[in-house]
Amino acid sequence: MGGTAKSRLAGRRPLMPVSATGDPAWVRWLIGIVSLSFLGLFLVVPLVAVFTEALRKGLGAYLESFQNRDALAAIKLTLAVAAIAVPLNVVFGLAASWAIAKFDFRGKSLLTTLIDLPFAVSPVISGVIYVLLFGLQGWFGPWLAAHDIQIIFAIPGIVLATVFVTFPFVARELIPLMQEQGTEEEEAALVLGASGWQTFRRVTLPNVRWGLLYGVILCNARAMGEFGAVSVVSGHLRGQTNTMPLHVEILYNEYNFVAAFAVASLLALLALVTLIVKAMVEWQTQRQSLETLTPLVPIHQEAA
Amino acid sequence: MRIAFTRHSVIPGFGLTVGYTMVYLSLIVLLPLSALFLKTASASWEHIGETISDPRVVASFRLSLGASLVAAIINAVFGLGVAWTLVRYSFPGKRVIDAIVDLPFALPTAVSGIALTTIYAPTGWIGQWLEPLGIKAAFSPLGVTIALTFIGLPFVVRTLQPALEDLDPAVEEAAASLGAGRWQTFRHVIMPAVFPALLTGFALAFARALGEYGSVVFIAGNMPMKTEIVPLLILVKLEQYDYTGATTIAAVMLILSFFLLLLINGIQWWSARHHRSEG
Repeated sequence: MGGTAKSRLAGRRPLMPVSATGDPAWVRWLIGIVSLSFLGLFLVVPLVAVFTEALRKGLGAYLESFQNRDALAAIKLTLAVAAIAVPLNVVFGLAASWAIAKFDFRGKSLLTTLIDLPFAVSPVISGVIYVLLFGLQGWFGPWLAAHDIQIIFAIPGIVLATVFVTFPFVARELIPLMQEQGTEEEEAALVLGASGWQTFRRVTLPNVRWGLLYGVILCNARAMGEFGAVSVVSGHLRGQTNTMPLHVEILYNEYNFVAAFAVASLLALLALVTLIVKAMVEWQTQRQSLETLTPLVPIHQEAA
Repeated sequence: MRIAFTRHSVIPGFGLTVGYTMVYLSLIVLLPLSALFLKTASASWEHIGETISDPRVVASFRLSLGASLVAAIINAVFGLGVAWTLVRYSFPGKRVIDAIVDLPFALPTAVSGIALTTIYAPTGWIGQWLEPLGIKAAFSPLGVTIALTFIGLPFVVRTLQPALEDLDPAVEEAAASLGAGRWQTFRHVIMPAVFPALLTGFALAFARALGEYGSVVFIAGNMPMKTEIVPLLILVKLEQYDYTGATTIAAVMLILSFFLLLLINGIQWWSARHHRSEG
């Protein structure tokens, strides 16, 4: 089908005058080359540099970097922090999008703006606010010290700061998606006798699954890669409160470049996987929206 | 507090989800942020004035604002080119290049930081060519600007792309058939239509650059009065147990960021209204 349309267009092209909406060839080349060189210089070169530097002393030295106990501890801590922070923000994102997309209430747009607030806050400030609350000189500091609970310079602080910086990711993907889908399908399910939970699980969740996956992927990438906020609340204790990005910093400042870039290359791989999944999700949603354009009657009914 | 419904809804879970959203939002975001302002407000005006007028603080604000502005301008210019190329032209590998635009979002800032520093250091891939020209890229304000450009690019490209895709080709055809040259069409037809998106992208890139930390601290060199950015200075004050100093600078930064957020929302609201009244 695509083939015939293409050949028809190709056949017609010589007859058509130069398109009014197309740029002259030299402009196309100029803009294209300048833009792509800019992307290459600013985005591709740094990415290539990460892997080149990591492998500078060969594969052996690269792999040896991961044998290190502190590196392994940093990887473990990063995974653990993401494993707590991401589910917390997924539950929040689902609750917030359900409330905002399925109901009308006063203050809705204010609530939506407030959810985006952490994006407007500098990562360093995101850490500072928790030091003010839970640090030794903070509001709850004396109480926490008296009860022997440590939040700042310990893992709970790292989790809190990570939850803060990744707070909006899932919600902001789901809210517009659920708003677009409206409430008709849920209402139909409820009228037909489904419970609220069943409606959510069997109707809403499948409808938003790609958006949810996208939000989770972005949330996870940021959770594992956060540096500024975590750097403020972590005590930088090797093997204890060092996440992967913090470990990269320590190794780099010790001039241990191969090891620094080796750990960094894992994070870069994570980023690449994130980009690939993102592209796949976008492709899926595009296909889905094309499908919804055509048949209104489900196919199996048509066949019957 | 009374919550007004515009219509009765059969869908359950309103109280639960709104309640949970409000409690979680207050605990994680609103309460900690208000702690910052309360802490700053508890300081005397003299102390606040002293902190803000300290030459080191002034220098760091000048660097952060200046470098962020230059980076956002670079991104507005080249971001428009990149978005135009991705929307209007077809070439092999377009999907991959389109995906790679998001790299600065996805790559942890510490990784971008050490990668950029290695490239632009005097012995680095690009730094070694700049050194003989007398250009010091890493450990200078130029390095700060390079890192901030890296971090801001996706904001401009991603806000411009949908705006360029939404342009009706018929309008451009009309302009051409009325005798407009390609440049005239761009200047008088395309540019006004995408300008709000360009401005939004510019403001987003600027706001992100202002608060950026991880990708900048490695390449900046962090010399007080010269290459010390505001977020780093906040951290320095905190490590010196100067809590009032740290919170005062942080509060100024936050107010700046909120102002930018308001501005961005304003642009979008204005352009949506403008768009509706036209169509």
